[in-house]
Amino acid sequence: MEQIPILKVGRCLLVSIQIDMHDKLALALQDDLTQKLVETRARGVLIDISALDLVDSFIGRMLSNIAAMARVLDAQTVVVGMRPQVAITLVELGLTLTGIQTALDVDRGLALINRLIDAEGEDGAGGAH
Amino acid sequence: MVASTTSRIPDLLEKHQSKLLASWLERQLASSSLRSGQIGEDELKEQSQKFLREFIAGLKSAPADDITEQSWRQVRELLSEFSHSRALQGFTPSETATFIFSLKEPLFTLLREEIKADAQALGEEIWTATRLIDKFGLFTAEIYQQSRDEIIKRQARELLELSTPVVELWHKILAIPLIGTLDSERTQTVMENLLNYIVKSGAEIAIIDITGVPTVDTLVAQHLIKTVSAARLMGADCIISGIRPQIAQTIVHLGLQLDVVSKATMADAFALALKRTGQVVTRAAARPA
Amino acid sequence: MQVERTSTLEVRRPEDVVKVRQEVRNRTAAVGFSLVDQTKFVTAASEIARNTIDHGGGGQAHVETIVVTGKRGVRLIFEDQGPGITDIKLAMQDGYSTGGGLGMGMPGSKRLSNEFYVESTPGKGTKVTLVRWKSS
Repeated sequence: MEQIPILKVGRCLLVSIQIDMHDKLALALQDDLTQKLVETRARGVLIDISALDLVDSFIGRMLSNIAAMARVLDAQTVVVGMRPQVAITLVELGLTLTGIQTALDVDRGLALINRLIDAEGEDGAGGAH
Repeated sequence: MVASTTSRIPDLLEKHQSKLLASWLERQLASSSLRSGQIGEDELKEQSQKFLREFIAGLKSAPADDITEQSWRQVRELLSEFSHSRALQGFTPSETATFIFSLKEPLFTLLREEIKADAQALGEEIWTATRLIDKFGLFTAEIYQQSRDEIIKRQARELLELSTPVVELWHKILAIPLIGTLDSERTQTVMENLLNYIVKSGAEIAIIDITGVPTVDTLVAQHLIKTVSAARLMGADCIISGIRPQIAQTIVHLGLQLDVVSKATMADAFALALKRTGQVVTRAAARPA
Repeated sequence: MQVERTSTLEVRRPEDVVKVRQEVRNRTAAVGFSLVDQTKFVTAASEIARNTIDHGGGGQAHVETIVVTGKRGVRLIFEDQGPGITDIKLAMQDGYSTGGGLGMGMPGSKRLSNEFYVESTPGKGTKVTLVRWKSS
């Protein structure tokens, strides 16, 4: 079964979703991410969805799960690269991904995550979110 | 006229082609429904000549009662081109159909002259000819109608886009002045424009100015929230500006939760946007006297 | 109303959702839908396809190109012989879910379609029909 690669970039983990995901793959990704987060003690997760021409409630749920799980491990999640037609569809679908930060692309996403991590303080003793 | 063997029309037309063309042109130019100046006499002559040629060729090889047949294709294409351009130029449907229908009189005159002796044959030939020309006349009208429909749709689209402009106010800051009511179709256009612009310009803040929106009720508020949510998914925050006192009252009255920063004026929204994006506008140092 | 073209796909395993998406994507593109409208309808199809697998025990999807005077569109019919929906009205409410999901499948798909019909008999099965017309 294919595996989605997770890269470490600075203090973040970067995941690029390139293909159509089905259940097993989505679960595997969530497991992998949790493990890597603990291993590397990364403070941020950057999910690049610029290759997705569609996000349905299943993918939406996966993104929310990842963000929730990351939060428990004191990491920020930023989703980048959403396409306009996907954003418009999500809004119509009623899925607003509350609790997930977004940025236009990977560069801005990294900048945002770093800002958020710094605002919290290096040891994560910062304010509530 | 699959009995093109028995009909004399194709041969007669070919034999008297130039005479027919001349009297047909005369009829067209004389008809008061032809716009003066819109179409030159030479152009009209060329079009009529072409048509007659193809018409005669079609008569020789195709059935007279089915104009959708393959052998009538050249004639149909010619007529489609013709109707389409007339529609674009603003001719009326009658003016356009006159091209075909005005062919009847000269054609019948020709038939009467040549088939004098046999009344029954004359009757049949005229009947065949009139049915065929009527069919082509209707075809012309249909193509004309389709062309007009396309024009209207295109104009409606352009109007919709014109009324929802997106302005790049500053580095990383966009402004969208909304004018008129915000219905669901308009909202779709606004969202598409805004999001495409966000991608193009890398903007981080979008100021949506509603000074030009007459009323804000529950529906309009929903549309605004949708637009704000969509922009957020693309990493851009929104500020609503142009909140008039009555609007502010209505929002509170209806208990609408806008969940986005709102300012009374575009200037205030702009100042906030600059701050948020870490930009500063400074006054140039005064010149020494 | 005329059905110009129709194809049927099996919707049983998770991988079938991808096939349904591709078929609907190709069909809506062929009919000339705008990119946004394509995305909306393919997303709606994805939601119902998943429902068919997760709650309906698997079934079929029919993808039809339909024509009515003046407009063309795409119609999707999802059928299963599963347990059926006991309370359709409840199922059409945002946020309601029997599967621990976000409860967005049906009401969301309805919002992404021009026409949406559900027929269901508990114990016999469910049929969901979605239609989207090409906008001029």
